[in-house]
Amino acid sequence: MITAERKPIDEIIEYIRPFQKILLVGCNECVTVCSAGGRKEVGILSSMLQMAFLKQGKSLQMLEHTLERQCDPEYVEELVSMIDGVDAVVSMACGCGVQEVARRYRNKPVFPAVNTKFMGASERQGVWAERCAGCGDCLLGITAGICPIARCSKQLMNGPCGGSTNGKCEISPEVDCAWALIWERLKALNLTERYEEIIPAKDWRNGRGAGPRKIVREDLAE
Amino acid sequence: MKTESVLEKVLRSGNFAVTSECGPPRGAVPAKILEKANMLGDYVDAVNVTDNQTAMVRMSSFAASVFLRQAGLHPILQMVTRDRNRLAMQADIIGAYSHGINTMLCLSGDHPKFGDHPMAAAVHDIDSIQFIQMVRKMRDEGKFQGGADIENPPKMFIGAAANPFADPFELRVARLAKKVAAGVDFIQTQCIFNLDKFELWMEGVRKRGLHEKCFILAGVTPIKTVGMARYMKNKVPGMDVPQHIVDRMAATPKEKQADEGITICVEMIQRLRQIEGVAGIHLMAIEWEHKVPEIVQKAGLYPRPKIQ
Repeated sequence: MITAERKPIDEIIEYIRPFQKILLVGCNECVTVCSAGGRKEVGILSSMLQMAFLKQGKSLQMLEHTLERQCDPEYVEELVSMIDGVDAVVSMACGCGVQEVARRYRNKPVFPAVNTKFMGASERQGVWAERCAGCGDCLLGITAGICPIARCSKQLMNGPCGGSTNGKCEISPEVDCAWALIWERLKALNLTERYEEIIPAKDWRNGRGAGPRKIVREDLAE
Repeated sequence: MKTESVLEKVLRSGNFAVTSECGPPRGAVPAKILEKANMLGDYVDAVNVTDNQTAMVRMSSFAASVFLRQAGLHPILQMVTRDRNRLAMQADIIGAYSHGINTMLCLSGDHPKFGDHPMAAAVHDIDSIQFIQMVRKMRDEGKFQGGADIENPPKMFIGAAANPFADPFELRVARLAKKVAAGVDFIQTQCIFNLDKFELWMEGVRKRGLHEKCFILAGVTPIKTVGMARYMKNKVPGMDVPQHIVDRMAATPKEKQADEGITICVEMIQRLRQIEGVAGIHLMAIEWEHKVPEIVQKAGLYPRPKIQ
């Protein structure tokens, strides 16, 4: 999933300072799963903003709505009936959702309420960790199912650097060394000889190297 | 000979090589490089010139290497994949070669977290092994990494680092094998204090004949104080300082610790020389360059072979 964290409340207040009526839009997908911008968080942020404005002797009218999927034009269309009655939109979706709202409602200011972080997985209750960098040319088939691009701090494709210590990365004892994980798994799979195959320099055109990316499926595109 | 590198000539003629290190200054003060160059003088065969070491901005390795070259020394241009993409790296390699620099060390570099620009983006377009492949392709095939021909290709003697003390230990020989397969000519190791572990690694290296496919220069560092010994033992990732070395420094009166550190270093060099497959030493006297001549002399490695 795409993970996100709510922005500092002062930053959000600063965005909406000039406005009185705000539409606060959540998303039912990734940001709900990582507890950053689902229906519950929309409710909490709405109360926080109203209280903050009240303290400053100002009034703030909040309209709350959580879409099924904010990165999908079909669902973003739902906001049509609400948009004219507000001064601005605050989105609790990832950057994709924020931009979809901005694209559809050209004349309405849209502000992000979360910082979109990374593509990751849940490690345990309340903990998410980065797993995929979206490089566009998946190496997991040859790196024993652990991604060195997303999980090695130096993006090393051919083994651990000299800072790997007791299975941890040199940058922090909280971070696993991706290559220590890969090596352990290669051993478990009886594939240690694979370690010595050199992974060639990556073609970053599959990633961000060739500019913004797009997928066009001729069989589905209208 | 693959190159005109003096280090290559020293090593191929069977001499026990001595390299040292020079960290460029944090400012436009070439005099400081020349000062260090004068200290090292003819006591070493070649001098590593670090590239933004510990992720701190310094004069570029390229520029400092040119100053060393002009002073008559033989620089080893260090280059890290952290700060440059493959275009910039290849540009600097042909630039450096055009200035008579023919020996280099291919590294991934310390993480920006450890330096004074922790907010900087790390590049890592390629990794250290792909880097070695690229420099070899430039030299042996006369082609850029992208495939185009190079006019007068740079003939670099290619070095890389190895850390026998990092984890997982069991893949450290395989990691060297990968660098050899990529085309490395010489290796400089992490500072060695734990000789037993180094010997174990060398045993693995010899078993695979890797010492016959590349020259291994064993890294050594003189310890100045017991505080430095403790710091390296506890704080530096990938550094293995056994307790007996810390104890030996701690048992020495403060004013004699520097001398004791040099004695330990000289003893270490003498023992490393006996290990089959060790082709030389890489002496990292960090901000202690003026002690290099003393160490080299005491280790019986002076004068250096005269090779041009």
